[in-house]
Amino acid sequence: MMNKKSRIMILIASLILVLTFFFPLWTIDLIAPQYPEGLGIRIWLDQISGMKPNDLQSINGLNHYIGMKVIDPDSIPELQIMPFIILFMIVFGLFNAYIQNKKLVYAWIILFLVLGAVGLYDFYIWEYNYGHQLNPSAPIKIPGMVYQPPLIGSKQLLNINAVSLPSISAIIILFSILLTAFAIYYDFKELKKGTVK
Amino acid sequence: MKNISNKIILIVIGLIISMAAIYSGCNQSKGTLSGNEAEQVYVAPGNYDDFYLFASGGFNGQIGVYGLPSGRHFKTISVFAQNPETGYGYSEETKEMLNTSYGFIPWDDAHHPELSMTDGIPDGRFIFINGNNTPRVAKIDLKEFETMEIIEIPNSAGNHASPFVTENTEYIIAATRFSVPIPQSDVPISSYKENFKGTMSFIKLDPKTEKMNLEFQIIVPGFDYDLAHAGKGPSHDWAFFTSYNSEQANSLLEINASKNDKDFIAAVNWKKAEQYFKEGKAKTYPAEYYRNYIDEKTHIAVSEKNNQVKVLDPKDCPGMIYYLPTPKSPHGVDVDPTGEYIVAGGKLATVIPVHSFKKMLKAIEEKQFDGEVGGIPILKYDAVVAGEVQNPGLGPLHTEFDGNGYAYTSAFISSEIVKWKLGTWEVVDRIPVYYSIGHLCIPGGDSKKPYGKYVIALNKITKDRYLPTGPEITQSAQLIDISGEKMKMLLDFPTVGEPHYAQAIPTELIMKNSKKFYPIEENFNPNAVKSEKDSRVERKGNEIHVYMTAMRSHFSPDNIEGIKLGDIVYFHVTNLEQDWDVPHGFTVKGNNNSELLIMPGQTRTITWIPKKTGIYPFYCTDFCSALHQEMQGYIRVSPANSNVELAFSLGK
Repeated sequence: MMNKKSRIMILIASLILVLTFFFPLWTIDLIAPQYPEGLGIRIWLDQISGMKPNDLQSINGLNHYIGMKVIDPDSIPELQIMPFIILFMIVFGLFNAYIQNKKLVYAWIILFLVLGAVGLYDFYIWEYNYGHQLNPSAPIKIPGMVYQPPLIGSKQLLNINAVSLPSISAIIILFSILLTAFAIYYDFKELKKGTVK
Repeated sequence: MKNISNKIILIVIGLIISMAAIYSGCNQSKGTLSGNEAEQVYVAPGNYDDFYLFASGGFNGQIGVYGLPSGRHFKTISVFAQNPETGYGYSEETKEMLNTSYGFIPWDDAHHPELSMTDGIPDGRFIFINGNNTPRVAKIDLKEFETMEIIEIPNSAGNHASPFVTENTEYIIAATRFSVPIPQSDVPISSYKENFKGTMSFIKLDPKTEKMNLEFQIIVPGFDYDLAHAGKGPSHDWAFFTSYNSEQANSLLEINASKNDKDFIAAVNWKKAEQYFKEGKAKTYPAEYYRNYIDEKTHIAVSEKNNQVKVLDPKDCPGMIYYLPTPKSPHGVDVDPTGEYIVAGGKLATVIPVHSFKKMLKAIEEKQFDGEVGGIPILKYDAVVAGEVQNPGLGPLHTEFDGNGYAYTSAFISSEIVKWKLGTWEVVDRIPVYYSIGHLCIPGGDSKKPYGKYVIALNKITKDRYLPTGPEITQSAQLIDISGEKMKMLLDFPTVGEPHYAQAIPTELIMKNSKKFYPIEENFNPNAVKSEKDSRVERKGNEIHVYMTAMRSHFSPDNIEGIKLGDIVYFHVTNLEQDWDVPHGFTVKGNNNSELLIMPGQTRTITWIPKKTGIYPFYCTDFCSALHQEMQGYIRVSPANSNVELAFSLGK
């Protein structure tokens, strides 16, 4: 049994995850003088899009000079899986708000943290592979140069400064986890107050 | 004696010194400016100008696009002239634009750019310009800065009084400078008075489709119709045309057409004309003329031939047209922002006559006529004139307005701009220009709401203003500040071609709509190839169709074999780029046609008829990328009877 406020918090933490379907998870902006209007990609739960309609094509065009693979959203399996993971976490969270089993709430938090960590590691590997697996017949080859964008932060890659940052959906997920954790903590305090009385 | 001679010597020395001082003073005054003129025209690197200026290219048949106040040149829009730089008028997609009833005409003499208007104010949708030689009116879309439509005007022999738009661009009006037999016929030139006629044309701009259609013409006496302007506000329903050669001379016009003290401004009630047209008063004349337009979906020029035109005769249409006597061989006719004053540039007159629209209506009502010509009543000069500007300079031609009650008139012979006050007709300021000004331009200066700020002098002669470049020296315009009481010269800037007339519009009305590239999914050119894997070469009889793509930094295919002498090769090149400012060029060695410049998302076709066997390189002509020099390919041309198979490849 949990107190009402904690239940509502868990409910909210689950429901706000719906918003992650409508906002990007991560942004990678490529800053260079020749692109005064900006150039960048947006990574969503289920797709990768350009900051502007044709940015992905432009970035693939640039990348082919240094032999990077074409970024083809259809060939990235994570984009097929991630929506189901989030959907599962929403259902699981709602279930917790209804059943009020604290152990399951702990399980939800730990599972989400593990999934998040795995996701970030996977993203790092994805970036590593894109940056390192270069076509040996690329027109531009610079010995020792790799083109892995940073996980978070900025990095100068030849003439382009790549800036990678979590976006709205990542913040929503973080907030959802924190809110659930707080719900448990709050319930614990309420329980204590109750026993003191 | 000695004293006297000393005095004389002193006087002579004094004279020499003062002459030298005057001379050097004159020399200095040519280039010396006082104060912050440089700051006023300086647009810092990376910053934008405040106005777009569209200046006609005259004999080059194009429009030059400039920024104000910097005078920097941005683009030359191809209109009536073929342009081998882009392939305009050469490529299969554009060459139909230059079709006329006289066949393919690859040039014209373009004089008067005119911005489209809504409620009497430039709206930034289109700019129109006339072809003076082979009468045509072109419509340029200001999202793309490309010519989208050209309509030929039949029964016209020199489309000078053109194109001027009515207050909401309901009509684009045009009149013929040269009168000729209408319909054309083989008559003695000396039968001018008997056989030669003029016409005024009303081209309707369909408000929905934005296509031009020659709705009707009005047949008028055989004078030379020179310039025009539509009314605004109270005079919304009217259009005004100047005429000279009311003497109807057909030879040595400089003498024979300068005899009459007064020629005419024709005031046409176009609303009434439209009504007569709708009532079926117009007669059908046979007339061959073309309308060429860029199809919206395919972006391919389509030529449409018309065979007749509706013509109204003033004799059948009372109240449609009146003549306002105007001294003397008037050139420009300009309507002030309120729509009340009609200012004539009486180029041989010693005054600037200004007619009153109110007085004109009253004179018509009271039938204050002074005879008639060809069924057109002539109104009494005193009954219509509002005032005369005295001492306006020699050879007044054109007038524009600043919206603060002042008018600015160019004076060709005395090379100056004269500022005068509407209503009092007094000259308040004048400034010399270098040299021999024709038109002048104030941003929005012929509209209901002039933006003022500058007047641009569009000069005919440049002489010593720039570094000489042989006998042919640059054409030029001058920027003058009119924000103060006194006009102030700011800048000379060269123009591409002769700037007969120019119009300027605030940057923000155009800039936000400017297209950056053509979305590939909206490319409906039947020869487009939207993906590299679909690029191919096909033979249809002796026609070879190369469906080629261009993408940084290669063409696909880039090796082509199996072309034989006698084949006609069509290169259909699609630029697959979807990014701003990444055009690709395409050219093949020894092509008697032009190169192509293909904008991102666009398909363009150039035809090549190889004349010798061998290997021909082709390459990209627009430096597109770090590997632009690698963007090349080869075509093999074999003898007519060879067995070489048609083959194409990329990267093999």
